[in-house]
Amino acid sequence: MVLMDAPQSKSRDLDKLLLRSGNLVGPGFFPGTDLRDDIREYVRVLVVGAGGLGCELLKDLALSGFRNLDVIDMDRIEVTNLNRQFLFRLEDVGKPKAEVAAKRVMERVSGVEIVPHFSRIEDKELDFYNDFNIIALGLDSIEARRYINSVACGFLEYDEDDTPRSETIKPMVDGGTEGFKGHARVIVPGVTPCFECTIWLFPPQVKFPLCTLAETPRNAAHCIEYAHLIKWHEVHGGKSFDPDEPEHMKWVYDEATKRAELFGIPGVTYSLTQGVVKNIIPAIASTNAIISAACALETLKIVSGCSKTLANYLTYNGGEGLHTKVTEFERDKECLVCGPGILIELDTSITLQKFIDMLEEHPKLLLSKASVKHGKDSLYMQAPPVLEEMHRPNLSKPLYDLMGRIEKDTVHVFGTALKNEEKQSSLTKLRVVFKEVDGVADMDTATWRMNSKRKTPL
Amino acid sequence: MERDEQEPTMSEPTKTKYDRQLRIWGEVGQAALENASICLLNCGPTGSEALKNLVLGGIGSITIVDGSKVEIGDLGNNFMVDAKSVGESKAKTVCAFLQELNDAVRANFVEENPDSLILTDPSFFSQFTLVIATQLVEDSMVKLDRICREANVMLVFARSYGLTGLVRISVQEHTIIDSKPDHFLDDLRLNNPWPELKRFVESIDLKTPDPIAHKHIPYVVILVKMADEWTKIHSNNLPSTREEKKEFKDLVKSKMVSMDEDNYKEAVEATFKVFAPRGISKEIQEIIDDLYAEVGSNSSAFWVMVAALKEFIANEGDGEAPLEGSMPDMTSSTEHYINLQKIYQTKAEADCLSMEQRVKHILVKVGRDPSSISKQTIKSFCKNARKLKVCRYRTIEDEFSNPSVTELHKCLASEDYSSAVGFYILLRAVDRFAATYKRFPGQFDGGDIEEDASLLRTTALSLISEMGCDAYELPEELCNEMCRFGAAELHVVAAFVGGIASQEVIKLITKQFVPMLGTFVFNGIDHNSQSLTL
Repeated sequence: MVLMDAPQSKSRDLDKLLLRSGNLVGPGFFPGTDLRDDIREYVRVLVVGAGGLGCELLKDLALSGFRNLDVIDMDRIEVTNLNRQFLFRLEDVGKPKAEVAAKRVMERVSGVEIVPHFSRIEDKELDFYNDFNIIALGLDSIEARRYINSVACGFLEYDEDDTPRSETIKPMVDGGTEGFKGHARVIVPGVTPCFECTIWLFPPQVKFPLCTLAETPRNAAHCIEYAHLIKWHEVHGGKSFDPDEPEHMKWVYDEATKRAELFGIPGVTYSLTQGVVKNIIPAIASTNAIISAACALETLKIVSGCSKTLANYLTYNGGEGLHTKVTEFERDKECLVCGPGILIELDTSITLQKFIDMLEEHPKLLLSKASVKHGKDSLYMQAPPVLEEMHRPNLSKPLYDLMGRIEKDTVHVFGTALKNEEKQSSLTKLRVVFKEVDGVADMDTATWRMNSKRKTPL
Repeated sequence: MERDEQEPTMSEPTKTKYDRQLRIWGEVGQAALENASICLLNCGPTGSEALKNLVLGGIGSITIVDGSKVEIGDLGNNFMVDAKSVGESKAKTVCAFLQELNDAVRANFVEENPDSLILTDPSFFSQFTLVIATQLVEDSMVKLDRICREANVMLVFARSYGLTGLVRISVQEHTIIDSKPDHFLDDLRLNNPWPELKRFVESIDLKTPDPIAHKHIPYVVILVKMADEWTKIHSNNLPSTREEKKEFKDLVKSKMVSMDEDNYKEAVEATFKVFAPRGISKEIQEIIDDLYAEVGSNSSAFWVMVAALKEFIANEGDGEAPLEGSMPDMTSSTEHYINLQKIYQTKAEADCLSMEQRVKHILVKVGRDPSSISKQTIKSFCKNARKLKVCRYRTIEDEFSNPSVTELHKCLASEDYSSAVGFYILLRAVDRFAATYKRFPGQFDGGDIEEDASLLRTTALSLISEMGCDAYELPEELCNEMCRFGAAELHVVAAFVGGIASQEVIKLITKQFVPMLGTFVFNGIDHNSQSLTL
């Protein structure tokens, strides 16, 4: 029964939530056309990933009142994507995912603007991420999540009394799927745990012991990894293995088959070889749709306050019956990434070079090749060469001076950290506090302080 | 008469496109999907999104039934309609979009109102494998349920309503052989070894002086020996109390000669497998004791095999089901591992042969062709004999007229889940409201939402009374929110609910994994959704 004279609104359904007051709503919820129009006009959302989750997220957000979206993805479309990444067709294979996804959604939902970025997330300036009100993640790796998390949390600033400053909070919504399982979580830096706070949620990847691969293989996967990790290097020397190169994959498959025959082990197939070597995660449309919808719903609720939000981690399992569970995880107050930052006490005479050297020794950091940023100022950059040269003179200047002679402030350092025997790009926040020492450079005291932070003597 | 599926053959390009899902349900599951025909009722976003996931997965055919035209409001919640299609048939528009997603799917539409079709042409539904019924009100749900039960067509209901919604399967019976549980104890029979396994274990000397050999003895051998040693001293009983279990663990540990013996570490960690009870689980016992296990000429292949299983367990199985046959990976010399593997495989094959003979015999006894159940099917049954599942669903009518009060009270007692019950009740209450007042509460702006809320509350309270849980105090906030929702079909909720519906459809059609039981009630406020089996 439609009232014939009333002009139909495109946001007929959304209006019920945005224009009407409610009982179970977020703090500071002001229903009305202003809210709806502000979301359309001003709110910018970044979707990270244009794959299984990303495609769904773009559609979901476009149909939830958001008009200004950006999407970033470094990959090109492959045939194996087509069973779930519904924005892509067979003729799109080979094209950049971000570009095709943006185009398709804009074609169907008029009024929405989607800016695609065919690039790696690490290649964007940090400021790029700061332009968004909220970031929705549709990623498939822990490393990528960690990176975005460290960037978003890097914007967070704390007050004197360690309260997060609300205007520096950059919320994220993160989803992940595997087969019939998935999760959706809300990350509000400084308030809920960030990705790093709960890194223990993710079990380490299965790695077979070397002696099993080399001496006592028992199953097909052992034979495959032997060919992939051991035999390849024996035969091909320096040439690196490319999982996307069919010839390389076939070579591994053939070698794995030979080894399996030798040991009387059944089960080596080409499909299994691909699965083991590429660590293929089975994926279907329905789970991606479910998890993305949950993420997009949370995005809408966080931005508008039109209802309460997920607190803060939803797990989903649809293989054995149907199970959803909400867990409220707590922040790690000492978190390196979203916490107030590691306290570093320095002498006013310490040079930038010495500071950078200290970072390498600091037990909680072990950060090498560090670039240093203070607010908007880059104090030193390791790369590119032209900028390195430009900032090189800073190395011999006191950090205190470079930071404007203030007693304390936050500094961001970016470099390579050694974590679990692996080198990883790392962005970390430091709280630098200067101890005044009579205004005179006191090298001996400085040296002593440096030593006290070292694990080994000079 | 039951016929097994033919060996599916798939072209290379198709295999590649479906690679990521073939790794989940295999070519047999994919073939089942491609042979299925689905009917969708109402193609608003809930139905459209459900169907989208199935089309992407390669479902055989879809038929959309919807009599409405595309409105401007639909542009704000449905991805499958666009500005050009305003005024056109929604069914036609959505159908065209879905066809584009996968040209291997046969896509059709019928421009008719589903509620009318249910009344005027019930026989329409018999042609389908499964019907996905979205956004139906109570009355239509009950009628459609009757029709589908009669025609033996599977039925899945899905509804999105503001920030709530539901999904409910309605099928007389769904039996599953390949249930693929996440975690399931392997079938090693460490505390109940058969003669060949015993002999193999005896041939290995745990006390070998060779340190390499010592640390390459697989834990299966270690634990079978230790369990045997234990039961000999303890009058044939397995460790049962906490102290006994600890003692057993320490006994295993004591056989380690050096710290780097991974096989012994694995043995210690696997001692719980020795404590697991011998024989079959309660669930399997219930299945073999089920009425349907007394087979007749009309029995399905599943129940015929269950009847054979019952005989097997009582005779040559000696209380155990056929051996599953596989072994997990474990530290071992390759030789020991392969030999052990062969022993497990051989027994599994022998048990399967036995089962085959019993199945043939039973088929003959009930007057059926003894080759009508293939060797392959029986083999799969044997491998999964400990994991069988039988799902049965009450009719909608039964549930509505006689819901389980115990279940209701149980959920109401939990703070987290009581709002799911509240929404379940409110979803029924809004339909009653609509039947009386010809609109949903709060559906139109300019109306008196407060008055609607009050009327809705009254309706809900009488329903609560009918359901037999008068003690339940329906939170006013929940009732008010329901009015606020005004029967809105939000895209994100539709995508979530539709996603769940599509996943259940996949499980029902592939007959793999386990479908949900009961009614899934979605709570989009705090995500404390809950399944209620009423």
